[in-house]
Amino acid sequence: MNYIYKKVGRISFGLLSPEIIKKMAVCKVVTPELYDREGYPVDGGLMDVRMGVIDPGLVCPTDGKKLRDCPGYFGYMELARPVVHVKYVDIIILTLRSFCRDCNKILITEEKLKDKKRTRKELLLFLKNAKKCPHCGSKQYSFKIEKPTSFVEGDRRLSTIEMQARFEKISDNELSMIGFDPKFFRPEWTILSNFPVPPVTMRPSITLETGERSEDDLTHKLSDIVRINQRLFENINAGAPEIIVEDLWDLLQYHITTYFDNAIASVPPARHRGGQPLKTLTERIKSKEGRFRYNLAGKRVNFSARTFITPDPRIRFNEVGVPLVIAMELTIPERVTEWNINYLRKFIENGSEIYPGVNYFYSIDGKKKKVTDGTKEQILEELQPGCIVERHLLNKDVVVFNRQPSLHRMSIMCHKIRIMPGKSFRLNPAVCTPYNADFDGDEMNLHVPQTEESRAEAEILMDVQTQLISPKNGLNIIGTTTDAISGNYLLTKYLKIDREEAIDILYSIGVKDFSNLKSTKTLDGKDIFSAILPDNLNFIGSSKEKKDVIIKNGKLTEGVIDKATIGEDNGTLIRRLYAVYGEDAGIELINKIFRLGIEILFRKGFTSSISDTDLSKDVLAKNKEKLSYVENKINETIDDYQKKKLELLPGMSAEQTVETLILRQLNQLRDKIGENVYENVSEDNPTIIMARSGARGNFLNLAQMAAMVGQQAMGESRINIGYKKRTLSLYKKGELSPESKGFIKDGYKQGLTPSEFFFHSITGRDSLMDTALRTPKSGYLYRRLANALQDMRIEYDNTVRDASGKIIQFNFGDDGLDVSKTEGGNVNIQRIVREVKANV
Amino acid sequence: MVEHTLIPEHKKLNEEDSEKILKKFNISRKQLPKIKANDPAILKFEPKKGDIIEIIRESPTTGKSLFYRVVA
Repeated sequence: MNYIYKKVGRISFGLLSPEIIKKMAVCKVVTPELYDREGYPVDGGLMDVRMGVIDPGLVCPTDGKKLRDCPGYFGYMELARPVVHVKYVDIIILTLRSFCRDCNKILITEEKLKDKKRTRKELLLFLKNAKKCPHCGSKQYSFKIEKPTSFVEGDRRLSTIEMQARFEKISDNELSMIGFDPKFFRPEWTILSNFPVPPVTMRPSITLETGERSEDDLTHKLSDIVRINQRLFENINAGAPEIIVEDLWDLLQYHITTYFDNAIASVPPARHRGGQPLKTLTERIKSKEGRFRYNLAGKRVNFSARTFITPDPRIRFNEVGVPLVIAMELTIPERVTEWNINYLRKFIENGSEIYPGVNYFYSIDGKKKKVTDGTKEQILEELQPGCIVERHLLNKDVVVFNRQPSLHRMSIMCHKIRIMPGKSFRLNPAVCTPYNADFDGDEMNLHVPQTEESRAEAEILMDVQTQLISPKNGLNIIGTTTDAISGNYLLTKYLKIDREEAIDILYSIGVKDFSNLKSTKTLDGKDIFSAILPDNLNFIGSSKEKKDVIIKNGKLTEGVIDKATIGEDNGTLIRRLYAVYGEDAGIELINKIFRLGIEILFRKGFTSSISDTDLSKDVLAKNKEKLSYVENKINETIDDYQKKKLELLPGMSAEQTVETLILRQLNQLRDKIGENVYENVSEDNPTIIMARSGARGNFLNLAQMAAMVGQQAMGESRINIGYKKRTLSLYKKGELSPESKGFIKDGYKQGLTPSEFFFHSITGRDSLMDTALRTPKSGYLYRRLANALQDMRIEYDNTVRDASGKIIQFNFGDDGLDVSKTEGGNVNIQRIVREVKANV
Repeated sequence: MVEHTLIPEHKKLNEEDSEKILKKFNISRKQLPKIKANDPAILKFEPKKGDIIEIIRESPTTGKSLFYRVVA
């Protein structure tokens, strides 16, 4: 390759003059025909071989190169009459307004120019408003653009020839006064008299299966231009009447306009025979499907896979289950050495159809060969150190796993492969949080790094275990969830298990050393939990219910394990294990805790059922009593309001006061009933266990199921009565009673009355709409914020600076704290002191 | 308006203190955030271009924080 080692010093942008267009062209296009009868490109046609070759085997006469090497060359067309370039309309009107129509001098005197300093904008405004030429005194008319490409002076339409003539007379010196460099930019060049025909290589034709050729949209457009241009020539030479020439001229203008931009509002877009608009130059570049955003900012990648995800709590956090069919499609290149040649030979013997096999083979001279039954024998013979073998994925291969939208760095993490049957990617439910994934049909992407360097980099920087602590607040984004929490909670709080079963449980989660286990016949759940902890672990924390959790020398002596110790976000024990034992051992321990939790539930069984919400008769009676008591009180309040005896709350009208009082009483009622339910439900109620351990749900959920759903709120208030003064026609107008404004006194189990159901649907639909509308809005807001802040960084002196070194903030966050090293934004000084003391 | 609680305290630094600040952050005046000379909060100092204004703000993380702006 001939590399050119040079630095770009300067780039200048300008227009192509007709001379340059002619000079850079390799041929003149004179006929709209594309191919002759033999199917060979016509000389002087749009597919002229001098403009580049797109057929295999043909040689470009311009540079002597073949298909892939020939870059293509411009041709040109001589236009019968000059035509306006749509994209330069603004510049044309500006130039027309700035110079005198008679003497072509700038519409300002030199004295006035020196008199006052003006920005270019101010100067142009001055020139536009000139009524009389200061040099020759001739009257200046106002100019208008008649969309899209005509210019009207006063009330006379200017022809392109006229405009060109005027522009040519403007002096270089005066041109630079309005900001144009005459070397690269002459206004007459904005009107095309020679037309560049782009190389064939940027508008290749496609050969269909039937052998038919289908031309590119640009070629279609160009052939329109050639055809009209030739007709215009013929008509002019034949001395046709002016009207016909004018009509053809306008048609030529139309074709050239749509060639540049086929989406101009005032121009009907040029279409295929089928009716779909042609994709011309501007549409090639612009917007989401254009060259920048579609081909340059984002590209298709090789060695990647995408499929839906399903959970598998038995695989590790840093593993990903990969379907066999995907493992046989994606490959890793391995260089053959004398040490691995026998190992790799077995892969080639398997071929590409039997797993684990090889899909492609690079011989020592770099030739790529597909491994098939036919080529296998020959490849085995060629196999020698120095070849490269692209083998199927194997267990423990390193891959990068991703779910869009990739909003933070934990959205792309490195996993180890585990080959599995089926068609889905399997992932441990504990890593749903960093990816923000669920299993309602989510799909995820997998990428296979192809070099040793990239694999090492992925493992060091992106492994799941390196991403345990979220940089946004220093808390653990990965922890145990749902069943794993309730399992450990049950184990450490209630269970007593026979030694044999305990060993069975521990073995199935991968514990092989039982020397830590107490030797009594029945074991306490705490002992089993302690068996997976390292001997030197000391930990003091608190449970969700604010009781102490103490681990001494690897033995859980006091407290229960729940969300506060092993959960996501603020699992204190999780962070301790991670801090003390490091990334790899730490994640292994967390993994074991997770597996222990679900293994307990696998064996003991755990179901929440309708009977969880059963309440005894006296509890129900008590609830009823409370309900009628509050109802009476509310009726009193309403009565007071209607008699205007109500004592007003500060800053509120009577209406607001009565609303506030009713709402307050109803909410108190719901809370009281919740308490009543909670106090009278048995300890071993699975719903309660889930709520207590922090696995899922809360007490309010149970109360809503068992006893009372409560007031349905829209915004801060009860459901609005609207213009008709009532929510439903079965209520009186202006009624204030709880049931008429969305109070649901039944629980989900008893069932809702029709009007209760209706009110429940109102709030349900409202929140559904709210989330549906909010998600894209907040997403775009986040994107803008991220783009605005992306090149800011914290310097060594703790200042925040942007890419140009400007100071944005003098001390990061005012306190200079690295939030990813804090715990939720706070520095736990007590703990640090305790730990330092313990180490001294 | 300048007395309003939401307007933090502004101070004009003298020549010596200004140089100290520039030296402390190892920057030129161009790298500082800007403030308009006709900003109501600093009108009372009759600011000139290049003056450095110290702003003492209430901060949720540290109570008080110092900020500097150059008159542009």
